[in-house]
Amino acid sequence: MTPEMLTYTTSLPFLAVMVSMAAVPLILISSNRPNMREFWTLAAAFVKFGLIFSLLPAALEGRIAEYTIIQIAPGIDLQLRADPMGMFFALVASSLWILTSFYSIGYVRGANEKKQTRYFASFAVCLSATIGIAFSANLLTFLIFYEILSLATYPLVVHKETDEAYRSGRMYLIYALTAGVLLIAAIGWTYALAGTVDFKPGGLLNGIIQDPWTAKILFLLFMAGVGVKAGIMPLHSWLPRAMVAPTPVSALLHAVAVVKSGVFGVIRVVGFVFGPEVMHAFGLNLILAVFAGTTILVASLIALKQDNLKARLAYSTVGHLSYIVLGMALISADGFMGGIMHLANHATMKITLFFCAGAIYVNLHKTEISQLDGIGKAMPWTMGMFTIGALGLAGVPPINGFVSKWFLCLGALQADQLIIVGIFVVSGLLNAAYFFPIVHRAFMRKGDESIARHGEAPLLMVVPICIVGVLSLVLGFFPNLVFHFYDLASTVAGNIMHAATGITTASVFP
Amino acid sequence: MYDFIQGYYAYLFLATLFVIGLWGMMTKCNLMKKIMSMSVVQSTTILFWIVSAYKDDARVTVLDKSLGVDNPDIYLNPLPHTLMLTAIVVAVVTLGVSYALIINIYREYNTLDEPTLLERMK
Amino acid sequence: MSSSQIPVLIPVTFLLTALLIPLLGLINRSLAQVSAVIASGLALVFSYLGLQAVLSQGRISYHIGGWMPPLGIEFILDSLSAFLCVVFCGITLLVLIYGKTSVAHETPGKDIPFYSLTMLLLGGLSGMVMTGDLFNLYVFLEISALSGYALLGIGNRRASLAAFRYLTLGTAGASFYLLGLAFIFYSAGTLNMADLTQMLPFVQDTRPVSIGLVLMVLGVGLKMALFPMHAWLPDAYTYASSTATALIAPIGTKVAAYVLLRLMFFVADPDYMRHDLHLTQVVGYLGAIGIIWGSIMAICQKELKRMLAFSSVAQVGYIALGIGLASPLGFIGAVLHILNHACMKGCLFLFSGNLRLRLGHSTIPKFSDTLSRSMPWSSAAFALAAISMIGLPPTAGFFSKWYLALGSIEQSNWIFLAVLLVSSLLNAVYFFRIMEKIYLKPRNAGGNDSHGDAQQPVAVARNEAPGTMLVPTLTLAVGLLVLGIMNAWIITHVIHIMIPSGL
Repeated sequence: MTPEMLTYTTSLPFLAVMVSMAAVPLILISSNRPNMREFWTLAAAFVKFGLIFSLLPAALEGRIAEYTIIQIAPGIDLQLRADPMGMFFALVASSLWILTSFYSIGYVRGANEKKQTRYFASFAVCLSATIGIAFSANLLTFLIFYEILSLATYPLVVHKETDEAYRSGRMYLIYALTAGVLLIAAIGWTYALAGTVDFKPGGLLNGIIQDPWTAKILFLLFMAGVGVKAGIMPLHSWLPRAMVAPTPVSALLHAVAVVKSGVFGVIRVVGFVFGPEVMHAFGLNLILAVFAGTTILVASLIALKQDNLKARLAYSTVGHLSYIVLGMALISADGFMGGIMHLANHATMKITLFFCAGAIYVNLHKTEISQLDGIGKAMPWTMGMFTIGALGLAGVPPINGFVSKWFLCLGALQADQLIIVGIFVVSGLLNAAYFFPIVHRAFMRKGDESIARHGEAPLLMVVPICIVGVLSLVLGFFPNLVFHFYDLASTVAGNIMHAATGITTASVFP
Repeated sequence: MYDFIQGYYAYLFLATLFVIGLWGMMTKCNLMKKIMSMSVVQSTTILFWIVSAYKDDARVTVLDKSLGVDNPDIYLNPLPHTLMLTAIVVAVVTLGVSYALIINIYREYNTLDEPTLLERMK
Repeated sequence: MSSSQIPVLIPVTFLLTALLIPLLGLINRSLAQVSAVIASGLALVFSYLGLQAVLSQGRISYHIGGWMPPLGIEFILDSLSAFLCVVFCGITLLVLIYGKTSVAHETPGKDIPFYSLTMLLLGGLSGMVMTGDLFNLYVFLEISALSGYALLGIGNRRASLAAFRYLTLGTAGASFYLLGLAFIFYSAGTLNMADLTQMLPFVQDTRPVSIGLVLMVLGVGLKMALFPMHAWLPDAYTYASSTATALIAPIGTKVAAYVLLRLMFFVADPDYMRHDLHLTQVVGYLGAIGIIWGSIMAICQKELKRMLAFSSVAQVGYIALGIGLASPLGFIGAVLHILNHACMKGCLFLFSGNLRLRLGHSTIPKFSDTLSRSMPWSSAAFALAAISMIGLPPTAGFFSKWYLALGSIEQSNWIFLAVLLVSSLLNAVYFFRIMEKIYLKPRNAGGNDSHGDAQQPVAVARNEAPGTMLVPTLTLAVGLLVLGIMNAWIITHVIHIMIPSGL
C-alpha cells in the first residue's frame, strides 16, 4: 500500500474528540445526581467509541478521514486526520474507556471517593485530549491536545488530596509542563526548518535536515518532550509517584491514555517527523535504542523489589513502554509492527492488572504484595484474570503479549541486533520473576481467615476485569478481531518504511 | 579646550543642571526636595530647547514690519518657543498633581521624610 | 459620517466626556459611570469603524485645524493604531462596566473624579496612539500620565506615596523623551513622524540623532516599565483601587510599548536601529532579563495584586523581546502580545477586584478551597487566564509566545528562546500555587481519610461577585480562548498589514 492515501473530509473525527468534552458540562450540572452523572459518562463513552469505530472500514480501505477545524496559525491548521496510526490508538483508548467507565463507577462508589464529579469530568476531558492526540494531523494540533491532557490529568493525580498526592501532583506538573515547553521549542524549530508541521509517513524532515548536530539536538528536544509521558528513563520518575491516584486513573491514564500518548508521540516523531532515513543517517535510532534498552532492564529490576502492588505495576509499565520505543528504534518493518501492536496489547494486559489491583484495594483494602497471601480463594475471577495479564506481559503464548513480542524479536533479527533480542528475552524472564510471586502468593499460600470470608469485588468491577482479561487472550489468538489491529499496524509500518528505500535492513545501526 | 567651553558653555551648564536634578530626585529623602529636583530636570529640558533654538543676530519671532518676511534668517525659529510654552504648562500641572499627592501623604502620616514615612506605613 | 473624522473623534469623545462628567455629576452621581461607559462604548464603535475603514482603504490622516502636515498636527489612523484603539477601548468598556460596583465599594464617594480622570487618561492614551507628531505625543503622554498618577493615587492609604514615586519617575521619563526629541528636532528639523521617516536617513549617522533616539527610547522604556526602570510599577499597581489597576495595567504600559514600536520601526529606520545603534538588541535583552526577573519576583509575592504587578513587568518584557527580534515574526509576537496580555491581565486584575469585594483582601496565603465553591465563576475565569499566562495552548497566551519563539528560532537566538521557555515554567509556578489553593483542600486538613467520611461537603454559601463585575471578568476569560483560536485570522487580516516595510 502506498503512502499516498485518499483523504476525504468528514466531521466525524472532530465529533469523536468533542463528544466527551461535551459531556463535561452535563456531568458538572448533574453533580448531585450520581446516576445521571454516570449515565452521561457512559453515554459519551459509547458514542465516542461508535464514532471512532465507524471510521474504521474506510481506514482499512485506505481512505483517511480528515477535518480541518480552523486555521490556528498562519500556515498551520488545527486539523484532525484519522490515519491508520491514529485510528489504532483511538480505538484502543476509546474501547478501553467504556470498560474503565463501568469499572470507575464500581470503584469510586465502592471506595467512597470524594469529589466524584470532578473525577468524572476530568476523566472525560482526558479522553477528549487523548483522541485529539490520536487524530492530530500535525505537530501543533498534537501539542495542543498534549497540553490539555497534561492539565486535565493533574486533578486526577491529586484526587486524594493528601500530602503525598500533592507532592506527586506537583512533580507530575513539573515534568509535564517542562516537557510541554521543550516540545514547543522542538515544534517551532521543526517549523522553521521545514515550513510545515504536518505528519507525513516517512518523515516530514526527510531530506530537509542536513546538519547532524541540528538533527541530534532537535531529536533530543522531541524525545524530552514526548519521552516524559512515555516514561523513558531518566524521565520516568513521575509515573510511579502518580500511582497515588485512584486505581481506575492509574489503569486508564497511566497504563493507556497518558503514557501511550507519550509513546504515540514517539511513534509520530520517529515515523512521521524524522522518518527512518533521517533516523538512520544521523544515528538517532541508536540514541533511542540505548535509552529504551536501558529503561527496559532497569525498570524491570526496580519492579522486582517493589512491595506495593501498584508501584510494581508502574515500573512494569515503564519497562513495557520502552518495548514500544525500542521497536521504533529498530526501524525495520517488523519492529514498527511489533511496537505498534504492543501499544494495544500492553494496554489490554496492563489495564487488566490495574483493574485487579483496584478490585483488591476496594474489596480488601490491601495495597502491598506481601499481604496478598491466599486471596486467590476469595477473589478467584480477579486473580485468574491477573494471572492471564501477568503471563501475557511475560510473553507467554497464546496471550497477545506474545504476538507483539514475537514481532519485536523478528524486527530485531531483521535489524541483525542480537543484543536487542537478548534484551527482550531477559526482560521477559524478569517480567515472569516479578509477576510470578504475586500469583504464587494468591493461589498457593494460605491467607488469613479474614480474607477467606470476603467474596469477590463488586460486579461492576469484576465484569470489566473479565472482559479485558479475556480480550487479551482472544487478541492473542486473533490479532485482527473486530478492531483490525493487525491490519492497521501493518499498514502503518508499511507506510513508514515505504518512504525509506535507502535502508538495508542489515545495517540499521550506523 | 577653551574653545570648547566657550562654544558650549550653555550646554555644559545645562548638562550639569540636569545631573543635579536627577541626583536630587534619587538621593533626597524629603519628598519636597524631590519635587524641587524634578522641577529642575523639567526646566533644564525646556531650557535646552530654547538654548538650541538660539541664533546669533536673530530676532524674536514677532513680525517686524520694517524687516518684513523676505529673509527668514533674521528671525529665530518660532516653533521651539511655542512648544516650550506647552511644556511649561505641562510642568506646572505636574507640580500641581505632585503637591496634591504630598499634601495627601502629609495628612495621612504627618511627615514628608521618606524613611520615616516607610516606618510609619508598617 | 465619513471615516476621515475618526482619528480625532476617539480622543475627543474621551476628552469631552471628561469635562462632562463633573457637570453631570452635579445632577446625579450615578450618571458619572453611565456616561463613562457610554463614552467608551462610542469610542469602541468609532475605533472598530476606523479599523474596518483602514483595512479596506488604507491609512486615514486627519489634519487638525486644517493645517497641512508637516507644519500642522496630524492624527493618523493606520492598521497598527486602529488595532490598538480597538483593543484598549474594548478593555476599557469592560472595566468601566465593572467599575459600577467595584469603585463604589473600594473608593466610596470618589466616583466623579474617578471617572473624570479615567476619561482624561483614555483621552491621553488614545491621543498617543493616534497622533502623528512627536511633540504632540509628548503632550498626550503627559495628559495620560498625569491623570494616571491621580487615578492611582485614589486608593488605600499607601496609594499616595506609590503614586508620588510613579510621578517622579514618570516625569523623569517624560523629560528624557523631551530632551531626546530636542536632539532629533534640531537635527532633522521636523516633528512630524512621516516627515521624520523621510528626513532621518539623511542625518541618522550623526551623534545628536543617536543620542536623541537613545534618550527617547529610555524615556518611553521608563513609561513602559522596561526592566531596570520598572521600580515604580509594583507599588503603584498594588495600592491603587482594583478598577484603576485593571484599567492602567492592561493599557498603560501597552500604549508605551506601542510608542516604542512606532519609534523604532516606523519613525526610525529599523535597519539603522538594529545594525548601527543596536538599540533593538538592547531593548530585547532588557526585556529578556525583565521576563526572568519579573517572574522570579512574582513567585516571591504574597499578595495577589503585587504578584500580578511583577508579572506585568515580565509580560512587558515579552513585548520588548519581540521588538528586540526586529523581524516580522517578532513584530507579530509583540503586537499579538499587546492584545493578549491586555486581556489576560485585565481578567486577572478583575478577579483580584472580585476577591476584594467579597473577601476584603487578596492575600494568597489566606486563599482556600472554599473560594472555588463560593465564587465558582470567578475562579474559573482566573484559572483560564492563568493557563493563558502560562502559555498553554489553545489559549491566547500560547500563541504570542509561539510567534516569539518562532522568531527566536529563525534568528538562532537561543537565549531568547530559553528565556521564553523558562518563563513559561516560572509562570506555572506562581499560578499553579494559587490554583492549588483555590481548587484543592488545604494541606494537612485532609489527612488520609480517603475513604470513610467522604462526601462531606462543608456547606459553602454561594458568594459570587455581582453581575456587573462577573460579566466583564468572564467576557475577558472567554475572550482569551476565542483569541487563541482566532489568532490566525487576526494575524493574516490585521497584523500582517501593519508590519513595517523596513523589517
